[in-house]
Amino acid sequence: MQSNTENIAEFRHISIDYPLKKYTIRAVTDVTFELKRGKITALVGESGSGKTTLASSLIRCISEPGRVAEGEIVFYGKEEDGIREIRADALSDKEMRKFRWNKVSMVFQAAQSALNPVMTVRQQFFETLDAHDSKLTKEQKEEKCRGLLEYVKLDADRVLASYPHELSGGMKQRVMIAFSLLLDPELIILDEPTTALDVITQNYIFNLLKEINRERGISMLLMTHDISVVAKFADYMGVMYGGRLMEYGTVAEVFKNREHPYTAGLIGATPSIIGDISSMHPIEGSPPDLMNLPKGCIFSPRCPKCCDLCLTAEPPTREFADGSKGKCYFFKEADHADAADAN
Amino acid sequence: MQTQQMQTESAAPLMRLENINMVFKKPGSLFTDRNIHVLKDVSLDISEGEIVALVGESGCGKTTLGKIITGLYRPTSGDVYFEGERVSGTFDKKLSSYNQVQFIQQDSYAALNPVRTIYQSLYAPIKTHNRKWSKKQIDGRIEELMGLIGLQPSAQFLTKYPHQLSGGQRQRILMARAISLEPKLIVADEPVSMIDVSLRLSLLNLMKELNEKLNMSFVYISHDLSTTRYIARNGRVAVMYLGEIVEVGNIGDVIAKPRHPYTRALIQAVPIPDPEYKGNDELPLRSMQLGSLENRGDGCAFYERCLYSCEKCRGKIGFVKTDTADVLCCNLENVPRDPVYDKK
Repeated sequence: MQSNTENIAEFRHISIDYPLKKYTIRAVTDVTFELKRGKITALVGESGSGKTTLASSLIRCISEPGRVAEGEIVFYGKEEDGIREIRADALSDKEMRKFRWNKVSMVFQAAQSALNPVMTVRQQFFETLDAHDSKLTKEQKEEKCRGLLEYVKLDADRVLASYPHELSGGMKQRVMIAFSLLLDPELIILDEPTTALDVITQNYIFNLLKEINRERGISMLLMTHDISVVAKFADYMGVMYGGRLMEYGTVAEVFKNREHPYTAGLIGATPSIIGDISSMHPIEGSPPDLMNLPKGCIFSPRCPKCCDLCLTAEPPTREFADGSKGKCYFFKEADHADAADAN
Repeated sequence: MQTQQMQTESAAPLMRLENINMVFKKPGSLFTDRNIHVLKDVSLDISEGEIVALVGESGCGKTTLGKIITGLYRPTSGDVYFEGERVSGTFDKKLSSYNQVQFIQQDSYAALNPVRTIYQSLYAPIKTHNRKWSKKQIDGRIEELMGLIGLQPSAQFLTKYPHQLSGGQRQRILMARAISLEPKLIVADEPVSMIDVSLRLSLLNLMKELNEKLNMSFVYISHDLSTTRYIARNGRVAVMYLGEIVEVGNIGDVIAKPRHPYTRALIQAVPIPDPEYKGNDELPLRSMQLGSLENRGDGCAFYERCLYSCEKCRGKIGFVKTDTADVLCCNLENVPRDPVYDKK
């Protein structure tokens, strides 16, 4: 186990269930990974791969009836007297309310529906401040909101007095980012922050996030299905498929080695504006049905490298010397020698 | 503006748009009518068997243009010609071209009737346009279509309702419905934006295959330049900004050597799936604010955001022919020529 100062949060053997009337769906199965302090970690996966479910478990925001069935979530929060360990999954509801947004905040998918349509932005900011920290005077609150909105390069006068429908999609997303910074959290969870936005706004939002990450030292967990965004903005990445973490490592290593067939497939199926496009091919087949998973490795029906062993037993998660992980029999030990050697 | 000579062949293009303007009127106060000028002097030719891509930011009017091409909107001014005949936006039954242009919508779930089976959804348009066909003939046609789009065995899908299919399968059904009347032109409005990454490519491949096999022309509307480049490999791209086409040319040339300042910004903003390319973070734009569509004047729509704007930009501007594309810009000599991304 690594030292506490290096990681900001650790997921240990997390499984998340959705109990339904007749059966239970396991959306996340035995996922172990850590978020590095001050870095941007990305979770890549298609819809239904469990990335949102996994990340929302940290602030207990899994949509009903989801429950963490197994595992521990540990958060290392900064206090005045050093770093303290918090068991996020064992907090009482009251403690959780304090933990949420103070330590970890979230920028939700589709900012359009995350803001309250019948309240002005100012009212919503003030409401959140009041709920968490009532000591501030009205002037202090106003000043704080203004500062944050200007930080995300919005016209504070106009935006504070506006209702959500008066703002464009990119502006709303920036309001949400300012919102997530309101209580100076240590970690921000970003759930598909730019899905509904065009490339220029997307680029702008990510530059802003990167700036926040660098200047304020806030760690980030980014969930996306777009692997090119990960390549450009993230430091570490995890690849999820059917509720399992298939691969984890630094972005540079994962892209260089392309060891997991699913990761390689994703990279090979993403068109780019440079380079050769004739060699691209889609991943055959369709995403797994969580109620009816294949035997053995869950990626085996779509995998070009699939062998007999893959069909009989699910590969264990292997951890390598350089801290990367892989859930496949075909990973080579040599590619993951200790990073110190490379330096 | 004069009609541009963008034809590559001497024959009349399949579809020709001439100086299309689209103005939506919004009731304002007593004295000020709010005219939302969504399209301004758009001219475009589409040849037979060609793939033309329309790209631009959200709100640039690309979907409106698509709807004018399919005849769902009638333009405020300007002419639409289909195979040389003037149809002006709304297709007339007499011209028998109303089933020659089809539309593929973005949201496949909303585009299919939820209380009809897939079979019913495919059957209805064929029956409407071929009254004399027997049920057996239509069934044969549906079977053929299901083969074309690669959903086999077809019996398994035809009895299902839209919610029972995955997004990729629904999008394929939409494609089958669009080609069922053997149109000459298909307008596809962001057909893959709601599809999972691993399935996107197979849908794009299907569209390319239809284009090659059946010689159908496609208008591919998207904001994503990388998928656009994939599908329109040898086709043309028209970059739109605030209701104007600002650059038209071969897609490879435009991406390799963009000339319009806006195209340069757009291309630089596209993330590349390779961590070794970090690119330049700062986009060559003066502001993030999109200009206004209301009561617009003659000048360049990009004026306020452009780094290379000059005094001439305030007036009327025309297209400049460069060696690679037609560019709507008056100050081209000051815009850098180097490619945005250097090849490895």
